[in-house]
Amino acid sequence: MTAVDTAGIATILACFAPVGFHAPWQRFDVDAEAWTAIAKSLGDGAADLLGLWGDVGAVHMALRAPPADPCVVSVAVTPTLPSPAGPLPFPPPLAGEGGVGASGGGTGRGRFPSVGRFHPPAIRLERTICDLYGHVPADAPDRRAWLDHGQWGLHAPLGAETPAPHRDPTDYEFLAVHGHGLHQIPVGPVHAGIIEPGHFRFTANGETVARLEERLGYVHKGVDALLTDAGLAKAARIVARISGDSTVALSFAFSLAVEAALGIEAPRRAAILRGVMAELERIANHLGDIGAVCNDAAFALIHAHCGIFRERVLAASDAAFGHRLMMDRIVPGGVAQDIAADGGAAILAALDDIAPRFEEIAALYDDTPSLQDRTCATGYVAGDLVKRWAAGGHVGRASGRNFDARRDLAYPPYRGLSFAVPLYATGDVDARVRVRIDEVRASMRMIKDWLVHLPSGPALTPLPQVSGPREGIAITEAFRGDVLVWLRLGADGQVARCHVRDASWFQWPLLEAAIENNIVADFPLCNKSFNCSYSGHDL
Amino acid sequence: MRTLLLKSLFAAPVTIGAPNADDAALKELGRALAARGRRLFGRSLTIREIDAGSCNGCELEIHALNNSVYDIERFGLKFAASPRHADVLLVTGPVTHNMKIALERAYAATPDPKWVVAVGDCGCGCGVFEGSYAVIGAVDKVLPVDLHIRGCPPRPIDLLRGLIALVDQATAKA
Repeated sequence: MTAVDTAGIATILACFAPVGFHAPWQRFDVDAEAWTAIAKSLGDGAADLLGLWGDVGAVHMALRAPPADPCVVSVAVTPTLPSPAGPLPFPPPLAGEGGVGASGGGTGRGRFPSVGRFHPPAIRLERTICDLYGHVPADAPDRRAWLDHGQWGLHAPLGAETPAPHRDPTDYEFLAVHGHGLHQIPVGPVHAGIIEPGHFRFTANGETVARLEERLGYVHKGVDALLTDAGLAKAARIVARISGDSTVALSFAFSLAVEAALGIEAPRRAAILRGVMAELERIANHLGDIGAVCNDAAFALIHAHCGIFRERVLAASDAAFGHRLMMDRIVPGGVAQDIAADGGAAILAALDDIAPRFEEIAALYDDTPSLQDRTCATGYVAGDLVKRWAAGGHVGRASGRNFDARRDLAYPPYRGLSFAVPLYATGDVDARVRVRIDEVRASMRMIKDWLVHLPSGPALTPLPQVSGPREGIAITEAFRGDVLVWLRLGADGQVARCHVRDASWFQWPLLEAAIENNIVADFPLCNKSFNCSYSGHDL
Repeated sequence: MRTLLLKSLFAAPVTIGAPNADDAALKELGRALAARGRRLFGRSLTIREIDAGSCNGCELEIHALNNSVYDIERFGLKFAASPRHADVLLVTGPVTHNMKIALERAYAATPDPKWVVAVGDCGCGCGVFEGSYAVIGAVDKVLPVDLHIRGCPPRPIDLLRGLIALVDQATAKA
């Protein structure tokens, strides 16, 4: 790639005025031409795609081109779109989705210029917009349905809401794989463990995986629709249940977005308590994952110890905040309830107990060649792929992408805080385990510092009355990567529209790359080292 | 590793004491379980967990049942990878339209006699996802449910108490 024109997007946006109230970053309504130019810049690597989602009559895209702040650009969908000649969609459009019936040509289905055509990370997001809103990405490279398995009885449930006949869910065209001696292994949606549902279609040559193609959407619960015109309290409870393992990070992002839209900031004490909860969640999940990865390599000892550590963390979280996963504890304005009187002591005691024992386990991981034989060089993801997909969390940082929303989009209480962000270049299962080990240590230090100097004061501030629609956006660093929440509050101060983008959106596609040329038996290991969310992705 | 193993050998167990069977669960099961199937199981049941639409919160706590603190296997309960090996389907919800067929197939693949336990506020009701075009709702809208374990998510200890009630009832001498 030649020198990247990072000024390009800024130059394009300079022609447009930012919309009314959108905080803390700006949003621009652009035309189809500018949208396409931005999509091309994304494809050239000029910016990271942070999200792409539908709205009534429009499509929004969040992007970030450092050193500039992130921004949102929006384009109105139009029934007719002057589209340049592009590659033919693959596979041919489904009935009722372009070619047949309600074609994109003028029967009311809105079209927008495809981003995925230039920037592949956008493809699944565009398929989702088409499923949910019926907006057709013009000249999109892949027009298959994604979340819509033909079971809702509805086309475009957030758009035209037209009745649709049930389709056979197995009627899905997987990408063709050609070659000698290939066979397919279909796995899921129900998997052989206590995990979420999704379908994996392996094409293997003997034991070696030639291609993995994922099919997700099984746990789609219609969150975008439920959040539309929802009360603030109801919306907060739904967002907290988008992905149970990231409930704190999701509530955190939702609350920050609401506060941004209202132009307020949570009190200092609340910000610190939010940080404590977010880091406890990170520690608990990382402990679970470190153990589970080792368990998938048949090394049960580490799994057993990590299980005990995790239990200690959850019990301390329960003692301090009244819920093991700390669900519904972070709310717009602060935290729902202050930390219990002896909560800080309970957390510190748990961490002091775990810290030295965790080091023994980390040393055991280091000193066991038979274990590293399984994790090293397994499930490799190239650095340029991670960069292109703007993959966050351990997936990004294990392949050299130096990004952490806590540091790079610093929000309270991380603003002004100095902490090390682990970075590895090997991009394998081992690197993803090591990122987690380092982060457990860093999070323990952060929590200890915060709890020792916990400021006094209120933990919740009342929300002001506002007039007119106001929009807010926030990104927080969940244990698996950055989550984005964008919302619009109506004149009544309630949520008019809200969209949540989990880190998994930009990690799932890389899992397909990670397993290539590995043996089928290493898939659980690779999958666990990613630990993408199904529910957070399917929404 | 040797020092670690040696240390663990002499350390006190971390496993919690056995909780009592949940009274409400016993009552519900008393109605649900006929003499059918009793005596077939020597105080042992195999569980297949199925996520039919959950946010994964319930799965995290179900996972915890396998750790050394709750150690579910000491009560004769263990998780199996296939519904073909299962006596109990532990189902979390809300059941989504996209998961309905898979859930029905897993149930059909489970040999009789079998029990279905609905887990979590979403599996027992519909939770916060009530009213969505994409969800069917509670597990009992799709399968006959023998036991409900509520909570968002239920704590491992609550799961354990419900499941112990199930193993007590299912394996009691008729």
